[in-house]
Amino acid sequence: MSIRTVTFDAIVVGGGGAGMRASLQMAQSGFKTALISKVFPTRSHTVSAQGGITCAIASADPNDDWRWHMYDTVKGSDYIGDQDAIEYMCSVGPEAVFELEHMGLPFSRFENGRIYQRPFGGQSKGPDDPTQAARTCAAADRTGHALLHTLYQQNLKAGTQFYSEWYGIDLVTTGDGKVAGVIAASIETGEVVFFKAKATVFATGGAGRIYSSTTNALINTGDGIGMALRAGLPVQDIEMWQFHPTGIAGAGTLVTEGCRGEGGYLINKDGERFMERYAPNAKDLAGRDVVARAMMMEILDGRGCGPNGDHVHLKLDHLGEEVLHSRLPGICELSKTFGHADPVKEPIPVVPTCHYMMGGIPTNIHGQAIRLSGGHEGEKEYVDGLFAVGEVACVSVHGANRLGGNSLLDLVVFGRAAGLYIEEALRQGMEQAEPNSDDMDRALSRLRRWEESSDGESVADLRQDLQSTMQNAFGVFRKGDLMADGVKKVAELRERIGKAHLADKSQTFNTARIEALELDNLLEVAQATAVAADSRTESRGAHSRYDFPDRDDENWLCHSIYDPKTQKLGKRDVNFKPKTVDTFQPKVRTY
Amino acid sequence: MKVSIYRYNPELDNEPYMKEYDIDTQGKDLMVLDVLALVKEQDPSMGYRRSCREGVCGSDGMNINGKNGLACITPLSEVAPGVLEGRKPLILRPLPGLPVIRDLVVDMTMFYNQYEKVQPFLQNNTPAPAIERLQSPEDRAKLDGLYECILCACCSTSCPSFWWNPEKFLGPAALLQSYRFLADSRDQATEDRLGNLDDPFSLFRCHGIMNCVSVCPKGLNPTRAIGHIRSMLLERAV
Repeated sequence: MSIRTVTFDAIVVGGGGAGMRASLQMAQSGFKTALISKVFPTRSHTVSAQGGITCAIASADPNDDWRWHMYDTVKGSDYIGDQDAIEYMCSVGPEAVFELEHMGLPFSRFENGRIYQRPFGGQSKGPDDPTQAARTCAAADRTGHALLHTLYQQNLKAGTQFYSEWYGIDLVTTGDGKVAGVIAASIETGEVVFFKAKATVFATGGAGRIYSSTTNALINTGDGIGMALRAGLPVQDIEMWQFHPTGIAGAGTLVTEGCRGEGGYLINKDGERFMERYAPNAKDLAGRDVVARAMMMEILDGRGCGPNGDHVHLKLDHLGEEVLHSRLPGICELSKTFGHADPVKEPIPVVPTCHYMMGGIPTNIHGQAIRLSGGHEGEKEYVDGLFAVGEVACVSVHGANRLGGNSLLDLVVFGRAAGLYIEEALRQGMEQAEPNSDDMDRALSRLRRWEESSDGESVADLRQDLQSTMQNAFGVFRKGDLMADGVKKVAELRERIGKAHLADKSQTFNTARIEALELDNLLEVAQATAVAADSRTESRGAHSRYDFPDRDDENWLCHSIYDPKTQKLGKRDVNFKPKTVDTFQPKVRTY
Repeated sequence: MKVSIYRYNPELDNEPYMKEYDIDTQGKDLMVLDVLALVKEQDPSMGYRRSCREGVCGSDGMNINGKNGLACITPLSEVAPGVLEGRKPLILRPLPGLPVIRDLVVDMTMFYNQYEKVQPFLQNNTPAPAIERLQSPEDRAKLDGLYECILCACCSTSCPSFWWNPEKFLGPAALLQSYRFLADSRDQATEDRLGNLDDPFSLFRCHGIMNCVSVCPKGLNPTRAIGHIRSMLLERAV
């Protein structure tokens, strides 16, 4: 199969916040940059982020300090976030946020004209002062929308070349393990093209669609993770999935933590504010993992709300109509549409819902992808030509549990950092890896498999099986026997999906083909998650096991590394060496 | 219930046609997007765009029983009387006035071009301060009802002036964006922005029909924004 090649200095795969921040950086400095996105960029999942971007800009509190934000993030990560990366994110953050404001992001404001900040979960005033901080910069409850549109607008101005509705199929790698670009297909015409570049930046976002119930967009199918794993590259901490405490029961749509930041709280069927029992100090603003588990305990102990007792209530009516309509207008809309409840008058039915993938492609703070010399063990090596930023990456600033508002900061800080690094590397003469025809064939083989399929199970049925397997065995609480069964089922699904059928072979806007290709990626993420979760024999952050209920710092104060070639889990050291502050030593984590 | 969907695949069909599907919704008041997912399980070849499924990404604008809207936040009970109960069919067509690529998927190039024409980015040439530019809550409030646009194109494709002069009239969505920057206390390109709109078509083809207002799934009011720009142009002229 001979295909057209287009050549760029850098290509970015993914048009969300991280991808567009990276492409903006490179396009502004005059490098030939293409951004490939399977949806028009403003339809990316960043658009759904609500509550804000956490950053110590010292607006709500003039004495705020990025080191306090760093402490909160390290603690929130349950101590497996890399302290050098967290230090970088929290200290560079203010600059990155002010840049967004200068670009035109319509932040909400305080009376003095500065950016409005609201309290979010897990925020304190440092290791010695557990007072709740207000550190999350917000544009009402539509911060992601405002951020994504602002970045798109700036990319238009900078002349980024957009390939909207193009779908990344696989990485093109050379025999010596360098990345030469990606194969992508135009969704509109079906044309398959080799995007050749010195730097390939993955900004493909998360993969919440491996679960049946998720706050994630339908497009969050882990395409970057799938491509990396198929190229034989490892993923890190992939067992760590955040369940957001407040997904609307039944629908799965997100209700921002900002609701609790503005003074809302959770109640059980007896009307009790139960978080007071689980987190006496921070209460409803404890870490998300802590709140999600508390909610599940209430439900499992028979104190859930509704006829089936399968959710709890988020109470907001005491905040008054004016606050709700000015600070949380989007939530009022969503709650009425999907929860059939007007928060001005009645509580919103909520349940912990899959929300965020803490794990991903391991990288350093410049976004350079990392692998180990022996697959799941051995020395750290950089993957030439490959970068990852945003949710697809594991840099790692979130460790075992992400704090609310830290994902948007992660996107802009590390999108920008990768852009800056690549700019400099290009100036110094970055090499272009040259693939041969075998390399090209390998990258095209998956597409060919679907094109040649003539019979087999349907994509929709297999996807449903995969999602219910993950939902049942790898949720908020995990159990060894259920997970072992889950691992087996996912391995069987690999067999079945390898023989599945794509009936529609047409070229023009063939969404059935895209869904088939996405299913391959969901499978890769699911299998890595299943093996990693089953193998990490402790409870830490979002990974909570009945059979290993305690944190085990002796054996597991480390990253996990999943190697797709052996399907084995190895370990990698966490960074405890920030450059400008003392190490935050692991402590018992209470809120 | 019966669902009737506009189908067209240029590789197979000489002309578009409406295809009927029988869908079991179990009497539930599903969103139109949920119904589309059920149709797609039955017939994977039927194409439509979707992403966030909660009304913020703007992917799934379509014509639902004659009215433009977002499939993901339009419950069957709100489509038309009798649709939820199965007495009347759900009728889905692509957004009108744009070329159809396939089935419910339209080519939005023209719509995006109009957006780009209004220079939809903040312009301010004074050196940026070390922190944010200050903006009072009152000035910030002027952006409410403007910045929330999701570029779904429901408004522009329901506008007769857009159908008539899509190359020259910018359409409600782009004009709303134009006013979003004109209204921003941090933007300095007012004169330039107004100059670019001061011709018989770009803005003045709006005849106040207000279809845009009645279909906007986010409850925004492009007609009002266009009115504000008109006033600014008039003030500039005297």
